[in-house]
Amino acid sequence: MPALPDPVARLLERALVGELTVVAEDGRPIAYPMVPILDGDRIVMTSSALDCRKLGYIKANPKVCLSLTDPAALGGVTGGEPGVEPGGAIGRATIQGDARVIEDDLHSGWERLLPAIGRKDPSIPALLKARVGFPLMFERAIIELTPVRTLYWPDGRTDRAPTVTASEAAR
Amino acid sequence: MSTTADLAKLATTDAAVLSWVERDGYPINVAVAVDVEPGQGIVRFAEPAGLEVPAGAQIAITASHIRPGPQGGFDERSHVTAWGVATSTSRGHFSFLVTRTWSWDERDAPLPVAYERDVPKARRYFEALSAERGERIRPRLSPGWLLFRATRMPFLTATLAPVLLGIAVAARAGFFDLVSAAITVVAACAVQLGLNVANDIFDTLAGADDANATPTKFSGGSRVLQNALISMRGMSLLAIGCYGVALVLGLVLLLMRGSTALVVISAIGLFISLGYTMPPFKLVYRGLGEIATAIGFGPVMLLGAFTVQTRGTLTWEAFLASVPVALLVALILYVNEIPDRAGDAKAGKRTLPVRWSEVAVIRGWDVAAAATFLAVAAGVAVGLLPVPTLIALLAIPLARQVHGGLVRFYDNPYALMASMGANIQLHMTVGTLLVVGYVAAIASQSWLGIHPYLW
Repeated sequence: MPALPDPVARLLERALVGELTVVAEDGRPIAYPMVPILDGDRIVMTSSALDCRKLGYIKANPKVCLSLTDPAALGGVTGGEPGVEPGGAIGRATIQGDARVIEDDLHSGWERLLPAIGRKDPSIPALLKARVGFPLMFERAIIELTPVRTLYWPDGRTDRAPTVTASEAAR
Repeated sequence: MSTTADLAKLATTDAAVLSWVERDGYPINVAVAVDVEPGQGIVRFAEPAGLEVPAGAQIAITASHIRPGPQGGFDERSHVTAWGVATSTSRGHFSFLVTRTWSWDERDAPLPVAYERDVPKARRYFEALSAERGERIRPRLSPGWLLFRATRMPFLTATLAPVLLGIAVAARAGFFDLVSAAITVVAACAVQLGLNVANDIFDTLAGADDANATPTKFSGGSRVLQNALISMRGMSLLAIGCYGVALVLGLVLLLMRGSTALVVISAIGLFISLGYTMPPFKLVYRGLGEIATAIGFGPVMLLGAFTVQTRGTLTWEAFLASVPVALLVALILYVNEIPDRAGDAKAGKRTLPVRWSEVAVIRGWDVAAAATFLAVAAGVAVGLLPVPTLIALLAIPLARQVHGGLVRFYDNPYALMASMGANIQLHMTVGTLLVVGYVAAIASQSWLGIHPYLW
């Protein structure tokens, strides 16, 4: 069974924002709002040099998780949409996995993701025009998450136990 | 923001995320409902079904917010996180005393503010990455954009207005040579670009630009050094290059149409340009920036351009024509120094807005702006300036607009940006209208035969 069940993959495709949680040196979990992009069987996000602290945490400890929890960021609670369960309730998911930071080309390496990012936020590609004014915002590392385990709440209710899916490698 | 304020914000959320680190080392996030008591710093939550929150573990509760837009995308971004150690209060219920919070709300810290706050962090990141890789890694801009930003090219209007006006005044007096006029424009632009770059170098060395926490696109320098887009050596070479071009073209002009007056004016201009921020003169640090700017971008530029055309002749008309642009260019610096005043004060840069109160600064602006228009009217009244230059008075409403902005937004750097832009526009508009007035006067003299004393 793949690490990302289909409903979670669909949820990822519609999610404007998710919470990427990393573990700090002192053991604290720290959650960062991020725009997640499904890239094959992995999830990628980008982080500007201005918000670089998380990159250091990931390099020191690659174990992370990404959650998709906010109904507003997941497109509301209307039924009949991808990622929305029959009956109208929107699902929630948390994906645990190993992350790596790709910093080979901070200037333009991340730009291959622009079409996918633009599908979620059409204003982002246009923002590139602001590069001359805010250059450091456009120096971006890619965070690539390889899922290990997925927890899925089909109706979004976390007072009910999640469906847990582990990847082949994890099992 | 205070812990209580952060918790008050957390208390309003309907989408909180509980995070902890599981035994296998992976963090886990689960949406939970939270009960927050901001005054006491306590957060309560129920354990999510099927999962075990380890008592005594460090946990975080995060609430992030966005407002999706109708065409995709989102705005109203904010998030708040509270940390503490989980304590089991009853079966399946936990609470924790908040030990630390972290929050961001784009309404409180819009992009330019958040950007500048994080620039030092980004610089450290690049330094660490460079050390890790064993090679210099730095942020980049395309060479064209880097040159555009490093030299602050849009400010060239400060040079173009007096130089074109000087050429127009000379042309009305019957002196015009296209080639030397074109070389004059390029040489003067090169001087200003060199000055802009040198100004950034010396302000950075003095710590003024680093201390400026609220730079805008009109103030606080080009920030290319702060953004690590170019090295200090690169900036120095750029300044030398600009001054080199100016020097070569200046020599060409001296050879073509040299005069004692041109030598003296060029020497004054060179001193002001370098002495503006360079030790030991540091004119701008001594509250002399506005006067230096007024002289450099007023009489020096205008009379320099004028005397190239006339081969050394100077007139009172040319001097008087330089007064409005001199005053207004000084006002550009003056207003741009308002948002910089905290950083300037820290760096010992005692500009007028650092020295004076808000009331005195605004009154000073009003007096100089009024003097600008009075100079034009008086020049026409005494017959030194041609009547069509009265067209420059059409810019008075723009001056009133700048005054209004200063009164309303004196303490708000980003709200003041529109007035700073209008202030630059005021200089450009008056300069352009004066040139238009001169062109009209020349045309009427040449083609309509109207007496020059009437026009």
